[in-house]
Amino acid sequence: MTQPGTTPSLPQDEIECCRVEHLHPTDWRNPEPAARYHLVVIGAGPAGVAAARTAAAAGARVALLERAQLGGTSLNTGCAPSKALIRTARLCADLRDAAHYGARIDDTGPPDFARAMARMRRIRARLADDTSAQRLAAAGIDLFFGEARFAGTDCVRVGDTLLHFGKALIATGARPSIPAIPGLAEAGYLTHENVFDLTALPARLLVIGGGPLGCEMAQAFCRLGARVTLVQDRPLFLPREERDAAQLLSDALARDGIAIRLNTRITAVHAQGDVRRVEMISDNYHTIVEVDAILTGIGHVARAEGLDLERAEVDFNRTSGVLVDDFLRTSNPRIYAAGDVCMEHKYTHAAVAAARIAVCNALFRGHERLSRLVIPWCTFTDPEIAHVGLYVREANRRGIPVKTYTVPMHEIDRAVMDSEQEGFAKIHVQDGTDHILGATVVARHAGEMINGITLAMESGLGLRGLERVIHAYPTQAEAIHAATDAYRASRLTARVRARLARWLDNA
Amino acid sequence: MPEEYSTTSAAIDRQPSLDSLDDEALLDHLQRAACDYFVQAGNPRNGLVADTSREGSPSSIAVTGFALSCYPIAVERGWMSRAEALQRSLTVLRFFHGSEQGDHPDATGYKGFYYHFLDMHTGRRTWSCELSMIDTALLVAGMLVAREYFDTDADDERELRELVDALYLRVDWRWAQDGEPTMRQGWKPESGFLHYDWDGYNEAIVLYALAAGSPVHAASDACYRAWTLTYQWENLYGHDFLYAGPLFVHHYSHAWIDFRGIRDRFMHEKGCDYFENSRRAALVQREYARRNPNGFAGYGESCWGLSACDGPEGDRLDASGETRRLFGYSARGVPYGPDDGTVSAPSALASLPFVPELACQALRHMLARYPGMLREGRLAASFNPSLTDAQGRPWVSDGHYGLDQGIVAMMIENHRSGLPWRLMRRSPWLVRGLRRAGFRGGWLEEAAPETAP
Repeated sequence: MTQPGTTPSLPQDEIECCRVEHLHPTDWRNPEPAARYHLVVIGAGPAGVAAARTAAAAGARVALLERAQLGGTSLNTGCAPSKALIRTARLCADLRDAAHYGARIDDTGPPDFARAMARMRRIRARLADDTSAQRLAAAGIDLFFGEARFAGTDCVRVGDTLLHFGKALIATGARPSIPAIPGLAEAGYLTHENVFDLTALPARLLVIGGGPLGCEMAQAFCRLGARVTLVQDRPLFLPREERDAAQLLSDALARDGIAIRLNTRITAVHAQGDVRRVEMISDNYHTIVEVDAILTGIGHVARAEGLDLERAEVDFNRTSGVLVDDFLRTSNPRIYAAGDVCMEHKYTHAAVAAARIAVCNALFRGHERLSRLVIPWCTFTDPEIAHVGLYVREANRRGIPVKTYTVPMHEIDRAVMDSEQEGFAKIHVQDGTDHILGATVVARHAGEMINGITLAMESGLGLRGLERVIHAYPTQAEAIHAATDAYRASRLTARVRARLARWLDNA
Repeated sequence: MPEEYSTTSAAIDRQPSLDSLDDEALLDHLQRAACDYFVQAGNPRNGLVADTSREGSPSSIAVTGFALSCYPIAVERGWMSRAEALQRSLTVLRFFHGSEQGDHPDATGYKGFYYHFLDMHTGRRTWSCELSMIDTALLVAGMLVAREYFDTDADDERELRELVDALYLRVDWRWAQDGEPTMRQGWKPESGFLHYDWDGYNEAIVLYALAAGSPVHAASDACYRAWTLTYQWENLYGHDFLYAGPLFVHHYSHAWIDFRGIRDRFMHEKGCDYFENSRRAALVQREYARRNPNGFAGYGESCWGLSACDGPEGDRLDASGETRRLFGYSARGVPYGPDDGTVSAPSALASLPFVPELACQALRHMLARYPGMLREGRLAASFNPSLTDAQGRPWVSDGHYGLDQGIVAMMIENHRSGLPWRLMRRSPWLVRGLRRAGFRGGWLEEAAPETAP
């Protein structure tokens, strides 16, 4: 909870009115419910909207229930606004480096934060059109606004209306989890739910948590002109990623000027007027940092309170959220779940893919498994850190012998041309084969590059097949092709080369 | 600086024309200079050796471990009498044996481990540093060298061996796991175990082997294997190898353990061994320097060695007005850096057993091109040809670091005679530990069966 005085208020301008009209029209009237729906979807974030659209397109009677705004976290307070802001931040960094490229910037004033935020809001409003209430209704979906509560194992109430369903899908997403730090609630803080409402840049910002969102926002706000301190209670940022990736990111954040506090725990926060004094400890070293704003809530917990899941006989726990099997079915065989409310990988694209599986399994007797999905992800820092498939440590634990083909970006012509040679592409294969187990890419455009590897993995293409895929020159994605070159070269052992030489001599 | 020891003795100021020396004589010169460090930087009252030659430097327990390993070398090379080596070794072993072990913040150690940095005079914890598992292992490895070298029935030598056994056997390696699958990196009385993850291949095989070898406080059976599960076998610049960025990682355990022909499960699966791996790591370092992606001055096939070392600090503007970041003392590595143009000549030279010709070639080139990297006859920790003074001379690290001198002296000896390897192959604790960690083959098959003294 933030104190009223510290809660930023979103400008209620034309842009915002337009967005609200799309995502929760003020004059919306819920439709008359059908006697029974093939599918009731609770939550209209990416998973819920994808499920409703997929089912409706296949001819199912679908109800979609949303308590607040359509689009969920991704559109309103997550991916869309953060990436729009990151684009501005990246431009600021490029301007800072302009002289290196021989470009000249005469205006060296600070970034115009308010304008950057206005641009972000315009983009968010524009993207809202695709998920608008009007469009969903036009797609044949019965859209209900209101709080949803299960009333039984086959019915759900939204407001005063009772909806009966053959199948239901819970897609209520997740909400930020706030660390239990003495004084934090009293001092006030920002989360991703309201940080994009800011119109003025906090001069000094403390970011608690070095996961993907924390790193992205710390870097963006730093580049937009704030003095940022990033506190992480672990030894490296992005604990899930491999050591080199996390280390490169740490170096990049330090280069941007972020004060990095790894292995550091915040013990207390005190508000003194507009200033927040943050006490922290690392091993036995105590320090105090004064800031103007605190951004936290970087972790997520499933949003399932108030759904009366017990009435629906759906099992839930705070750690894992709604419990589902590999077919995304809950403990109630009529009810499925998809997205952040039940999945470890909390990404928009993963939620959408899972929602489609859930619809297929729920309505069309499908047997598609969540574990079969090849889900890439990317942290949109600079450089970006993208991953797909297994990590080496996972492969090792499973007893799969693994070999990594490593291509530093400084080996790639386009990266050198762009002065963007920091990073690497690592493709992990099952040792002795060309079977791709996974990959990590650290590069300025890693998010784009990982898609090619994901495609190969999904298609069952090994490094030998990938070698035949011609990559346009000069592109940074050639790093992937360079890994296939290394694979080919490593297969040309001295013995094979000797045999080839004999063959050539005899030809 | 007390009178009894001096780290900047003028006595060493012998600067022969190194160009005129053949490889053997050159190595002999540098090795002797390195061994002399431990005499000059040691406190004869307690045997502790200073971390660096800089004013006020505390003792590093790892450097003290290197000192214990180098005294036998000095004896065999005729630079020190056996009696003096024995006396120096006994002094420090008696000190550690009698030092305070406990959770008091200024004790010398706890649970058989020791604090990373100790006051040169009192031998107590300094700088609020951590109880260090890896540095204790390097110290204990040095003790074990002494134990195997001083092998006569003379009373002093017998006492030495008894002290070493007592000190080794009291190290509670299992405690240092803190209930986790792998070893923790450090511990502080004020805050408990450090949180630093220690993923991936690093210099710790000697730690894991010693931890596995203890008959009383051994690490758990699965400990070493759990660590190797964090390894990454990579193909980089055309070489398949167990990746670790900083060059020293490929040297430190190797100073004591002869990895030729012995393999753990991981290396068996890869058809390699740790000795061959270090050879490839040197080639990767050399290739990185040849490619020189950041365009630093001097880098090339004969100027390589990115490692944990001293370096210039602070950000500076280069000739084109752009800010250049400098990393001070940090673990530089290949290929992801950090790289600020600083080269560690000692690390290149320490690759001698693995790539003798290339290491000598690099050493000669660097000495000829940057003679200032030789300070008082021994190698400075590092130099940086991209940062020059008004006369065009590269930045050179001040004074000397004991770790550099220790690894140089030991690896030159391993290259020349294999003495440290030979001594440690006799250590029952190391042999037992390597076997328990799953090492098989090579000399281990012929090594004496496990014997408890």
